[in-house]
Amino acid sequence: MSDSAAFLSDYLAASLRLSVPLAFAALGGLFSERSGVLNIGLEGMLLTGAFVSAATVFYTGSVWVAILAALIVGGLVGLLHAYLCVTLRVDQLVSGLAINLSAAGLTAFLSRLVFNSKTSQPLQGLDAIAIPGLSQIPIVGSLFFNQDPLVYLLLLLVPLITYLLFKTSLGLTLRAVGEYPRAAETAGVSVLFVRYLSVMLSGCLASLGGAYLVLVHVKFFMEDISAGKGFIALAALIFGRWHPISTVLACVLFGATEALQLRIQAFGLNIPYQFLVMLPYVIALFALIGLAGKSTPPAALGIPYVKESLDD
Amino acid sequence: MRDGETAYLRLEGITKRFGNFVANDSINLKVNAGSIHGLLGENGAGKTTLMNILCGLYQPEAGQIYLHDRAVQITSPKVAIAQGIGMIHQHFMLVPQLTVIENIILGSPLTLRLNLKQKSREILVMSERYGLSIDPLAKVGDLPVGTQQRVEILKALYRQAKVLILDEPTAVLTPPEVQGFFKVLRQLAAANHTILFISHKLDEILSLCDHITVLRRGRVVGTTIAHNSTRQDLARLMVGRDVLFHLEKAAQSSDHIVLEVQNLQVRDDRHLNAVQNVSFTLKAGEILGVAGVDGNGQRELADAIAGLRPATAGELILNGQLITRWTMQQRIKRLKIGYIPEDRQKMGLILRFSIARNLILKGFQQLPFCRNGWLQRGAIAHHATQAIQSFDIRATSGKLRVSQLSGGNQQKVVLARELSGDPSLIVAMQPTRGLDVGATEYVQQALLTERQRGAAILYISTELEEIMMMSDRIAVLYEGRFVAILDAATATVEQLGLLMAGSPAGRLSP
Repeated sequence: MSDSAAFLSDYLAASLRLSVPLAFAALGGLFSERSGVLNIGLEGMLLTGAFVSAATVFYTGSVWVAILAALIVGGLVGLLHAYLCVTLRVDQLVSGLAINLSAAGLTAFLSRLVFNSKTSQPLQGLDAIAIPGLSQIPIVGSLFFNQDPLVYLLLLLVPLITYLLFKTSLGLTLRAVGEYPRAAETAGVSVLFVRYLSVMLSGCLASLGGAYLVLVHVKFFMEDISAGKGFIALAALIFGRWHPISTVLACVLFGATEALQLRIQAFGLNIPYQFLVMLPYVIALFALIGLAGKSTPPAALGIPYVKESLDD
Repeated sequence: MRDGETAYLRLEGITKRFGNFVANDSINLKVNAGSIHGLLGENGAGKTTLMNILCGLYQPEAGQIYLHDRAVQITSPKVAIAQGIGMIHQHFMLVPQLTVIENIILGSPLTLRLNLKQKSREILVMSERYGLSIDPLAKVGDLPVGTQQRVEILKALYRQAKVLILDEPTAVLTPPEVQGFFKVLRQLAAANHTILFISHKLDEILSLCDHITVLRRGRVVGTTIAHNSTRQDLARLMVGRDVLFHLEKAAQSSDHIVLEVQNLQVRDDRHLNAVQNVSFTLKAGEILGVAGVDGNGQRELADAIAGLRPATAGELILNGQLITRWTMQQRIKRLKIGYIPEDRQKMGLILRFSIARNLILKGFQQLPFCRNGWLQRGAIAHHATQAIQSFDIRATSGKLRVSQLSGGNQQKVVLARELSGDPSLIVAMQPTRGLDVGATEYVQQALLTERQRGAAILYISTELEEIMMMSDRIAVLYEGRFVAILDAATATVEQLGLLMAGSPAGRLSP
């Protein structure tokens, strides 16, 4: 009895831990895509955040400085994506792809410089803070109230972003820009400004997901540590129909699947581990197939906005 | 308009270029406070460009705008709103996925709480004051276009607009709706709002406006007082020459039935029934006009008959052959159907292709254009030269890209392809849309010649006058059904207007 309870609470904790980076990245993607800018660069932004926080904590020893650095650099990568997509009107897929490839190359190169090619230099991490009283509740307590500040931040962000998106004028503006930018422009909104802001925010949040990965989850940096999490986050965003709550729930689903496959591997069943590793991605694929045609993205997603043009 | 009167809005020497194309050429315009000023011009005369300058979307290269004799720089839509200029665009600037209230307050100062309840109460009060009733919490995409237009006007009024600019506002309305809409505009003018009304419809401008300014090719060619002007005067100003308002055509005589449509049902892209239970016959040498407000199933009907969209029920019989389930390949090989689609640039032509290649889009897999899988350059070029001559396409060679042609010449390329080989059935969907008067006349004459030859023609248009001029019989399409089929000789605009609006009052015997 106590054995299975321990397994359950352990499994739930692992699910949550694996969902957090996805959720940060997916919420980042939500901002960008709600404003009409496709962001497949989430993967690269996540990876950048992971590396920057790892390097910063390695040099300064301060976790908080590391998080701040991840936020700033993530924002800068977002700025780059915004400049390419909004100002230069480069194909948004290509820009995202470029960010992913550059991030993969740069972080691999720089990590060898920084960590002296020791593959798993252990780093200082972010400690959990138990909330008095609440953390004593069985299962739920250890799951939600004995966590590190980043998890608390995420739990706070979900209702906050939902409120922002649907109940404030900033959210209204954001949604309008993603659906019909010209209508927003004629209503006196600067489409340019809104898109820049959203894409930068997108970079910050995805980068925070990377910081969590390094500072809380694994406590070291290695090449390609993001391992497709940015793409899974993108799938969660589509699966969650660009709504913050359902998007985060989709992330939890994918996180739980990942935790499950790790446990199945540990049981030593006679299944090639490659198939198990594929599991979350297969689930994501099926989720998207099941949703085909039902999930409608923001109408202007992926379409560059041209202010003065004759064809309207 | 003498200088003594106070002009609320004044434009001086406004010039706007797009590359080498001069859309507005030193435009001067004066609009008095509390008046309705008409801006008349053909498609491409520069009306919409001028309005986009006034509402801050475009920046002019030269010229000055005055409000109340004060020079203003309208650098962005935000500035235009602050100056009290409200624009109702031809294509509504409403976000379909948002509610009425969200659309109206979009762009107002940033707040941390939208407080939709209180604002919707404010807007209800305002809408009742102007007689523009709406449901503030309805999703805009679910509303009929007439109501969406009300939302647009309320949006402008909510921002305290003193000048209202309306770009082709009646294009989406039925005739009875237009009357109600004009009443609202007169009311607004009486409340000292200044209204600039843009249209290419002479009758509307004449019945609504106080003053009329006519634009042609980006220039002002005249400003007149409405009650001193006639249709003929304005048409001459607008086009630069006299215009025929009637077409001569001989009576239709054949009894041979070319197309028989029985209980046709077609779904639209959202899988909803867009055409329901439509039945009619079309004889050789006959033009059946299909009237109706845009979006009542015209597109789906035309596509289904042309074979581009499957019929979910019903039958199509062409010259005695049941063709409902024929594939496109079968149709091209064995039938002669000409289809002039609604949007020539997206559907009728491949803009990046040359004239010659566009002309063989249908026949490129067959002789003489293709032999054993190889395109026959000589035959293709020869075909193009012939088509350019016989359809009077203004182009130096068949190698020219279609994108380099004017709208009228592009449409001629479509005609040359679709009318070649003497089709027995022609489906023409808005064939004169966006064309100037000369090109319109050409297209209409070409279709009348085909009719004379014995082609059966389905002529679909949202322009009532055009339908009445061209057709032998007129079917009215409302919510995907033919609500009536009338004899064109006896049908009246009023009757058709009522039918188009779905009112049974106009319905007589078919």
